[in-house]
Amino acid sequence: MARVTDAMRRRFAWGAARLAPVVTLLAAWEIFARSGAVTPFMLPAPSAVTERICEDALGGDLFVNIGATLYRALMGFAIAAVGGVVLGAVMARNALARWFFDPIISVGFPMPKIAFLPVIILWLGLYDVSKITMVVLDAIFPVVTATVAGIASVEKELLWSARNMGAKDRELLWQILLPAALPQILTGLQVALPIALIVVVVTEMQMGGYGLGGAMMQASRFANSRGVFAGIVEIAIIGYALVAAMAWLRRRLLAWHQEGREG
Amino acid sequence: MTVAFSTGRGKPPGPASGRPDGKLPALRRLISNRSNFLLRYSPLLILALAWEAASRLQLASSLALPPLTDVARAWIELIQSGDLVGNGLSSLYRAGAGLALAILVGGALGVFMAVSRPANAMLGPLVELFYPMPKSALIPVTVLWLGFGDGSKILLIFLGCMLPVTIGAYNGARGSDQHLLWSARSMGARGLRVMWDVVVPSALPELLNGVRTALALAFILLVSSELVVARQGFGYLIGYLGANGSYEAMFAVVLTVAFIGFLADRVYQAVVERALRWRE
Repeated sequence: MARVTDAMRRRFAWGAARLAPVVTLLAAWEIFARSGAVTPFMLPAPSAVTERICEDALGGDLFVNIGATLYRALMGFAIAAVGGVVLGAVMARNALARWFFDPIISVGFPMPKIAFLPVIILWLGLYDVSKITMVVLDAIFPVVTATVAGIASVEKELLWSARNMGAKDRELLWQILLPAALPQILTGLQVALPIALIVVVVTEMQMGGYGLGGAMMQASRFANSRGVFAGIVEIAIIGYALVAAMAWLRRRLLAWHQEGREG
Repeated sequence: MTVAFSTGRGKPPGPASGRPDGKLPALRRLISNRSNFLLRYSPLLILALAWEAASRLQLASSLALPPLTDVARAWIELIQSGDLVGNGLSSLYRAGAGLALAILVGGALGVFMAVSRPANAMLGPLVELFYPMPKSALIPVTVLWLGFGDGSKILLIFLGCMLPVTIGAYNGARGSDQHLLWSARSMGARGLRVMWDVVVPSALPELLNGVRTALALAFILLVSSELVVARQGFGYLIGYLGANGSYEAMFAVVLTVAFIGFLADRVYQAVVERALRWRE
């Protein structure tokens, strides 16, 4: 049997202390919603929202919707991640590619790409392809810029010594450039992930169908505020879990890096 | 990017030529800068030409991709009819108001969390909880609370943009040099004075970085919420024109919004660069 050490007790106390504000907020929400100051339509109590989430879960709808949303978000994110790193690496190593894509990336990055949603719907229809395309379009820019910046900042000495020891271009890329640029690439991915989630929710709201955004919009059309708040809670939990997973992945991947040892 | 502009300049104006014309080198510099500018942005021009060619040569249906020149004509009509300006102003008002509130409240919150331990213990976990939430999920609730008009968009943008500013202000203010704080205190500065003269300026770079993120988010949330539910604004206009099949005009508005988002970011960066010049 594991003994309860001081360190464990301290860690538990720390966790509880951090949980306290969240619990307080939930309690305040419940009390405020029940006090009659606002109608249940404006602000349903968290207990009512939880009930609704449980109903959805038992009916199976919840899992279908979560599955659809996650599939689109992660598929789009994965394509943006791979495509962004490839494009960024090519731009960092090839002057012609840099000349062509640099203005497109630097003009396209700050643009609100979500405005192209109706154009994408016009081209690709209302189904998964256009939702995923929209996610890729929005999420790829931070990955490209982070990859270009990451590779550009790799120390020249590293490259020279690798070349000296006879590394070929391919080895140089896989064994020197990408690992050395990894911290910045991961930062780019950490920027891209929340963007992917925001965009997937908007596309689902706009186009309807399965998915958490679509379900929320439907609840909103039927003035079902419990459904709307249930959607917010579900999306918030998914967002939190994915962002936490990404941070965990970063720690794992950078365990060899200075940054990993500091933490 | 700046490298491209600093190379290839004309000869610096010198007395060697013996002529009293400071104009010529300035002109030459302008032309040379302009040709650099052209070279740098020529890929965009190539894309625009490819667009025009693709639809003129019927490679893509002119419905799906109306020729760029037609889009430009539709843009001029939209300006003349006042639709673009009216909807645009209402969009910019919403984005501006929401963003201003987010900067004020979010910035104050971040600085407060950095200087007060209890505030940090109370608010830190909540900020951490809500920060990764995809803010677009709040669109239906803001509509539920405030209806279809300006209020719901301003609230959405405020809520969505606040936390990046808070985190920027918090990280910046927390990193402010303890020695500066001590010396300010030892010279008799107290409370708000220390805050305003020491903590806020040293938090400024990171705070302004957070604001830049918020600026981009404001545009995303503005257009999203107007696309989903609105009776006014850029997003509404895009949806309305698309539903009526006036695709040239729809493309014109989409490009306008994208350009304004881009322009806002560039102007913001230029202003920040100026504002932070004292740090060098």
